[in-house]
Amino acid sequence: MATKTEDYLGITDYKVIGTRPIRHDGVDKVVGRAKYGADIDMAGMLHGAVARSPHAHARIKSLDTRKAEALPGVKAVIAVADLPLQEDKIEELGEGAANLQHLRANVLADGKVLYHGHAIAAVAATDVHTAQEAVDLIEIEYEVLQPVLTVREAMQADAPLLLEDLTTQSLGEDSEKKSNVCTHFRHELGDIEKGFAEADLVIEREFFTATVHQGYIEPQNATALWGADGQITVWCSTQGAFDVRAQTAQILEVPVSQVKVVPMEIGGGFGGKIRIYLEPLAAILSKKTGRPVKMVMSRTEVLQATGPTAGSVIRCKMGVDKAGNLIAAQADMRYESGSFPGSWAAPGAMCIFAPYNIPHVLIDGYEVLVNKPWTMAYRAPGATNAAFASETLIDELCEQLGVDPLAFRLKNSAKEGTRRADGPVYPRIGHEQCVETARDSEHYATQFNGKNRGRGVASGFWFNVGLKSSAAASVNPDGTVSLVEGSTDIGGTRTSIAMQLAEVLGIGAEEVKPQVVDTDSVGETDVTGGSRTTFATGWAAYQCALDIKAQMIERAAKLWEIAVDDVVFEDGYFSSSDASKTISFKELAGRLDETGGPLMGRATVNPPGVGGAFAVMIADVEVDTDTGKVEILRVSMIQDAGKAIHPSYVEGQMQGGTAQGIGWALNEEYAYNADGLLTNASLLDYRMPTCLDLPMIETHIVEVPNPGHPYGVRGVGEVPIVPPVAAVANAIYDAIGVRLTILPMSPGEILKALWTKNGTT
Amino acid sequence: MNAFDYAAPRSVDEAISLLDAENGDVGILAGGTDLIAQLKEGGRKIDLLLDLKRIPEATALTFDEAGLHIGAATSCAQIYTFDVVQSLYPALVDCTSLIGSIQIQNRGSMGGNFCNASPAADTPPSVIVQGGACRIVGPNGAREVVAEDFFVGPGQSALQPGELLIAIRIPPPVANSGAFFLRFIPRNEMDIAVANAAASVVLDADKTTILSARIAIGAVAPTPLLVADAGAALAGKAVDDEDALEAACAASRAAANPISDMRGTIEQRVHLSGVLTGRAIRGAIQRAKES
Repeated sequence: MATKTEDYLGITDYKVIGTRPIRHDGVDKVVGRAKYGADIDMAGMLHGAVARSPHAHARIKSLDTRKAEALPGVKAVIAVADLPLQEDKIEELGEGAANLQHLRANVLADGKVLYHGHAIAAVAATDVHTAQEAVDLIEIEYEVLQPVLTVREAMQADAPLLLEDLTTQSLGEDSEKKSNVCTHFRHELGDIEKGFAEADLVIEREFFTATVHQGYIEPQNATALWGADGQITVWCSTQGAFDVRAQTAQILEVPVSQVKVVPMEIGGGFGGKIRIYLEPLAAILSKKTGRPVKMVMSRTEVLQATGPTAGSVIRCKMGVDKAGNLIAAQADMRYESGSFPGSWAAPGAMCIFAPYNIPHVLIDGYEVLVNKPWTMAYRAPGATNAAFASETLIDELCEQLGVDPLAFRLKNSAKEGTRRADGPVYPRIGHEQCVETARDSEHYATQFNGKNRGRGVASGFWFNVGLKSSAAASVNPDGTVSLVEGSTDIGGTRTSIAMQLAEVLGIGAEEVKPQVVDTDSVGETDVTGGSRTTFATGWAAYQCALDIKAQMIERAAKLWEIAVDDVVFEDGYFSSSDASKTISFKELAGRLDETGGPLMGRATVNPPGVGGAFAVMIADVEVDTDTGKVEILRVSMIQDAGKAIHPSYVEGQMQGGTAQGIGWALNEEYAYNADGLLTNASLLDYRMPTCLDLPMIETHIVEVPNPGHPYGVRGVGEVPIVPPVAAVANAIYDAIGVRLTILPMSPGEILKALWTKNGTT
Repeated sequence: MNAFDYAAPRSVDEAISLLDAENGDVGILAGGTDLIAQLKEGGRKIDLLLDLKRIPEATALTFDEAGLHIGAATSCAQIYTFDVVQSLYPALVDCTSLIGSIQIQNRGSMGGNFCNASPAADTPPSVIVQGGACRIVGPNGAREVVAEDFFVGPGQSALQPGELLIAIRIPPPVANSGAFFLRFIPRNEMDIAVANAAASVVLDADKTTILSARIAIGAVAPTPLLVADAGAALAGKAVDDEDALEAACAASRAAANPISDMRGTIEQRVHLSGVLTGRAIRGAIQRAKES
């Protein structure tokens, strides 16, 4: 298993990696000392508020801010004319890209509002109540237009157009056809018609998934100070400070060097805190007033106007031969993009059949505008919707073939050398090992019977990303190391990154002092997203440690007046062929001044060897057939982490993804009325699971080293949200004999399905 | 949130004088778990916030031969931890202990739950089936309204301008009786009822026959409903008469007049009215047997 590759070191006896040290930011968070964006207070600070659209789709006929400006305490009011015009240009956002004109028109509506809650104007006032009162005094006249709320409506030939100049990019070319369809793409492998002709059993179904929100607990916030010298400082809650810097600088048309972004602690992101919303508003309000301006969204604003992830319609068809070999698979994936282009069908298409070796595949993807907020990433974006379709069909194929669903998955599993329909050939991957671990688990071996009780399993895949990371570290005279990095710490990554540095230097995790710093204080680092942080920033820390090690060897050589080649570093000690010459890392750190002065290491990486991650879930449920309610009685998540740097945090990610997946499966949805207004913009009615809705989530970490990382790390944050929806759907089928093809599988939907099955109402 | 004044009167008379129209729109503060959220979210604007919690009658929680007196500002947690309530009024524990979180239960009051008059309110059905009444005070003195008549429409109660709800009174339970409340929510806590139901039954001395029953359902009509037909379907029937039970459930389904919204559809709520009625009746009979 521990085969060394070009990047993977094949280490089997780690000292720090694989242990569970206490997180470096733990005390601050437990005692409430950690500083979040909403904690910011400064002398002379103003408070901002945003005027938002009460309509889903409308033209702004007039905007009159005079009454708002006249309210005592109001210091500035801005609208879209205060934002510089943008050229038609795409900006990479780390996990997705955006056209700058669209980004601007989302920050403040430009002539048209495209969703309920779309920002139109912003106010800065001496206190937040005055700012809100001023918002109510802004007079806006609308010409209300027909809203387009579903993919199906949006794709009709006579559908109202959201962006009147948008033409469909079809199979890589501009179709020049005006439409709500932004993109149509296709992946082909083999010959799909031949595949289905060879299949003995073919099943086809259509699946619907609701628009869902990431549900991070901390609302978006931004405080900005535009100094008299032109320097702009932004304090905010973001997954990527450098991405906020790039977007904010573009929208404000200033050089990036003029913007410093200070990432505050973050109360969750899950992909939703990458795009900017409030940052340019706070900055322009600050420029107009000369004072710092703080803006914090309410929960309603978060749900109405930040990016949820895409609802979708997926038609899926799969065929097997009599021997139980998957022969062909086809999917037509239509994902809501929301109000602007850039959706999640593309990553969904990379994942939909990814756990399997299937010779003939055809995937068509469409990204479609609807009058909902501009969608954003959500933990393996697109993949959960996709797995709901494919993993439900696999369950149905297994049922009809009369084979165990895990045995079927093992038989058809993708492995090293398998080509995925979108192109890549897998290096070493761990789907088979996950399935075997599930099969051999005490959970799967334990019978689960009883009326209206059922068990389901499902697999999931997420490809993970690499991207840019930087790290710098200085050796302190007491032998500790201060590490600065640019990755927002969401899941304990300060510690998982520090541990990778500590491993190289033979010191303890607690002897590294990691810090997440602002954009002026560390090299460029991409978002905490794509499950990349422990993989890529961890790699930067590893490289940084190698740099320190090399320099420390030079210092030892200097101290001992011997050749560098004659110094060996092992287990935290420098030594030479002369047995009398040995010194610990800590002792040598204390003698840096006499060997040349301070010592720093640094590294930047953009690693290509991203290791894809697989997960398998087992779910046991009981359905109350009188009320339609599903109780989750037992779940296990089995996941390939490559190498679990800090197993507790890996388990935490597995449990978090599972919890979110169960919420998505059972109750979460954006409820729009016929006018396109969001009717459940609160956490009371947007029903995420509570503690009482979930059992203890059992975890099994599988470690199939990623050949593309020194320690074999695979990203772990996202894939655990992929299998739960399908696993729960399959368990519900096992319990009550109905296939749910619509999310959420809420009590109302289950009752409807039961009534249809029983021929009653 | 706009600026407003605050007053904490020490007596009912003082409170009534502050409710005078010249004070503008007066928001009455008991627990504040509805009102403060409405004010902060801009759903309601007031001129004066009138805090009931300094008025002894509004915070009293007592039991005597006349029954249970629940001051309008008594919190849910005070109610469900009161030993008399735990022993004699378990249906009140059912409803007060499942509203919101523990923090909300420590603030939110039954009086506020009544006056907010949400169709989905969780405390009215239990009070209705146990024959409770609302004590209302105003410029013309005090009056009592039976609980089922307190609700007029969504957000609307029988309170007239200048009046306030000061207490809820429930008679002592009779021998061989039991009451039970439950609701249906998609999650297991922190949710608003898709439908709810309460039942009370009085059994004969050997606890085999239902002498009388009262059924109330909520979240399935503009107001909580006393379903007289459901109670009538059970009167005189054996405790294990499944046909009578089904007739009571059918009566609740017939009485339900719900809307479809993001919390549930008409079909689902009508169906749940029957399901919950059946479960409430079984629960009430069980408690009566154990009484």
